[in-house]
Amino acid sequence: MRTRATTVLLAPLLVVALGACTQAKSAGGSAITVDASDDACTMSTSTTTTGDREFRITNTGTKVTEFYVLTEDGMVVSEVENLTPGMTRSLHVTLKRPGAYKGNCKPGMVGDGIDAALAVTGDTITTDTDPKLEAAAGEYQAWVSAQADELLIRTAEFVAAVKAKDVAQAKSLYAVARAPWERIEPVAESFGDLDPAIDGREDVIAEGLEFTGFHRLEKDLWVDGLQADSDAIADRLLADVTTIVEKSKAADLDGLKIANGAKELLDEMATGKITGEEDRYSHTDLHDFAANWEGSKKGMEVLKPILTDRNQLLVADYNQAATTLDGLIAAQREGEGYRLYTDVPQAEIKALSDALTAVGEQVGRVGAALATQ
Amino acid sequence: MTEREAQATGRGAASRRAVLSTGVGAGLAAATAGAVYAGSRAGAAASGSSGADSMAAPAGEDMSAAVPFRGVHQAGIVTPAQDRMHFVALDVVPGTTREELTALLRAWTKATERMTLGAEAAPGGVAGGNPLAAPADTGEAMGLPASGLTMTIGFGPSLFDDRFGLADRRPEALIELPAFRGDALRPERSGGDMALQACAHDPQVAVHAIRNLVRIGAGTVSVRWSQLGFGRTSSTSTSQATPRNLFGYKDGTNNLKAEDPELLERHVWVQPDDVPGAAAWLAGGSYLVARRIRMHIEVWDRTSLQEQDATFGRRKLKGEPMGGSEEFDEPDFAALGSDGEPAIPRDSHVFLAHASQLDGIRILRRGYNFTDGTDGLGRLDAGLFFIAFMRDAHAQFVPMQRALAAKDRLNEYIVHDGSALFACPPGIDPDVPSDFWGRALFT
Repeated sequence: MRTRATTVLLAPLLVVALGACTQAKSAGGSAITVDASDDACTMSTSTTTTGDREFRITNTGTKVTEFYVLTEDGMVVSEVENLTPGMTRSLHVTLKRPGAYKGNCKPGMVGDGIDAALAVTGDTITTDTDPKLEAAAGEYQAWVSAQADELLIRTAEFVAAVKAKDVAQAKSLYAVARAPWERIEPVAESFGDLDPAIDGREDVIAEGLEFTGFHRLEKDLWVDGLQADSDAIADRLLADVTTIVEKSKAADLDGLKIANGAKELLDEMATGKITGEEDRYSHTDLHDFAANWEGSKKGMEVLKPILTDRNQLLVADYNQAATTLDGLIAAQREGEGYRLYTDVPQAEIKALSDALTAVGEQVGRVGAALATQ
Repeated sequence: MTEREAQATGRGAASRRAVLSTGVGAGLAAATAGAVYAGSRAGAAASGSSGADSMAAPAGEDMSAAVPFRGVHQAGIVTPAQDRMHFVALDVVPGTTREELTALLRAWTKATERMTLGAEAAPGGVAGGNPLAAPADTGEAMGLPASGLTMTIGFGPSLFDDRFGLADRRPEALIELPAFRGDALRPERSGGDMALQACAHDPQVAVHAIRNLVRIGAGTVSVRWSQLGFGRTSSTSTSQATPRNLFGYKDGTNNLKAEDPELLERHVWVQPDDVPGAAAWLAGGSYLVARRIRMHIEVWDRTSLQEQDATFGRRKLKGEPMGGSEEFDEPDFAALGSDGEPAIPRDSHVFLAHASQLDGIRILRRGYNFTDGTDGLGRLDAGLFFIAFMRDAHAQFVPMQRALAAKDRLNEYIVHDGSALFACPPGIDPDVPSDFWGRALFT
């Protein structure tokens, strides 16, 4: 629940801002001075080399101003805001790659500002691949694999109950079988055409597809009663799940994919689960909701060692938001599982939605943090 | 209608002129400016600084210019009412600490000051950031000028419970409004720990401002309800014509106006003596009453002109009080009609709401017409989002609304279905760069 006050500080992709307004830090060579007036932006040099650089900006004008270091195509490398007239502040920037950059003073804080060219020469500063990232990918891969195994086992049990015409047993296994699926959904979904066959809802018919998979059986079990083709649908579900389990176990994952997956799971919760449309016949949506959340949390858990090195505040913000969501989900537990979604009061759904938004905003920062060293 | 059309046309021309002229200005100022990077949303068109002096349109008519964010009082109260509004009421998420709430208010103040200038919510917010990160500014106001954006914050009575240690700072008059006869208030349209009122001449600018502040508040505040208003129903400056409400009437002709500071001090601004001791943070502020007033549009539309006039106590075409001849004529409540009855009916809106009937009570009305589509039965879900600012809601709005709720003939055609009260702190100090909304309350 920490505010996003801190999150407006963007972590630049190519470079690291070492912080504005800090005490002078020995940067390679002396500071580049910037005279920022109402109508000019004059830097003491128009050339420098890659590495850590300090800009010392003095507002010699009459308006509040800002100073940006920009790449040639306008991406913000770093910036310092709110320089009142007469004020001098330092901006430390690591220029990692040679090329054309520009300083930009913005008197009055609006408008295109005034550019000052800065040619950067020297070698690209390379950083080694973080071994922790590889370890994280490995750990997540192993977890996905275990979930895939679980998915196959639970689906087989569910399918067996359907084929045995044991409706009560099949109903009790439905949400259990879906949980591992929901935990690894982004990985499984990446194998395209099998997803609608396994997890499609009735509206897939509109796209010319057959209504099959979990939700077709859900409708049979809860609404229509088992049909003549229920067995065939069950067999096909197991076959499709078997295929996707094999593929998921072989998926090639990296840090960014894990981060994106953690976000996609939250997005899935926010659009498909919070509305109660996923399990519209059984109303077991909270099982899926919780499983999505477990999958998203796992992704963040393996990434945390890297994120802690790079953006400790992000980890703290995430942890706080995650704790809130954890608590709200735990409060929905009932017996072995969760309350029926139709029994959850609107105010509690809203609280879940709010907590989800808060977590999502933090997870949305992870990709950039991973790309920053 | 032609008047409004002319107004709209004039407005379009003015803003096009502004963009053209400032485009030239910006070009002169920064001949080498890169085409890709634009830190402000619309070059200098937005600002009261770099390009404003070259604008062709005179100050009072420029719909694109910025309204100063800082000042003794918050903007958006006596600021000449802009055309559009987005209002949001928020609750603080359970478990939030006072420190976290304070941090949010600081972050909001910073982003708001930028947006009121026509700048992005954060530097490089739209597309200047890390491509792997979600943009810090949502972007839909890019290219649009400041458009007179004002943001006004208010704190609700519920904020002063035991959560944030503010109980002793609650001004005595900051207690929930009482129930009024005929109220059909819906909890999901009422109350809130805090409120943000965004007003602008461009609806996209107002919605953008609220959307970005709500996003910054994720995890700390939760939206309780919100309301869009598409057209102002009040004039808060003598330079503005009185607009019409959705019943087609000029209502609020006798509104308090920015040009009369003495009356504002007496009726709108909370005075130091009103808020002694720990409540002193509200001095220079104002109370905001919000009421969502749903109009039974279709019923009204099939009502005779005579009945409509008698309901308001004004004539429809020019807005003059019945028995008078011009809009701003003082209503003559003693005048009799040809039937020997008072020319202005005793149950008419203008009679009941007039200061002379309320021991001199006056308020600053600043409401908006709204339409939230249709109601499921095909009827317009439309009405007046009533907003008024005053020195003490219980001494001003409450007696006024009691009188109206009891007798107003208009009640046949309206129902109040949302209600809230907020205390709006004073303005952001121009001389304290680090000042933020509610600083005196929270520190």
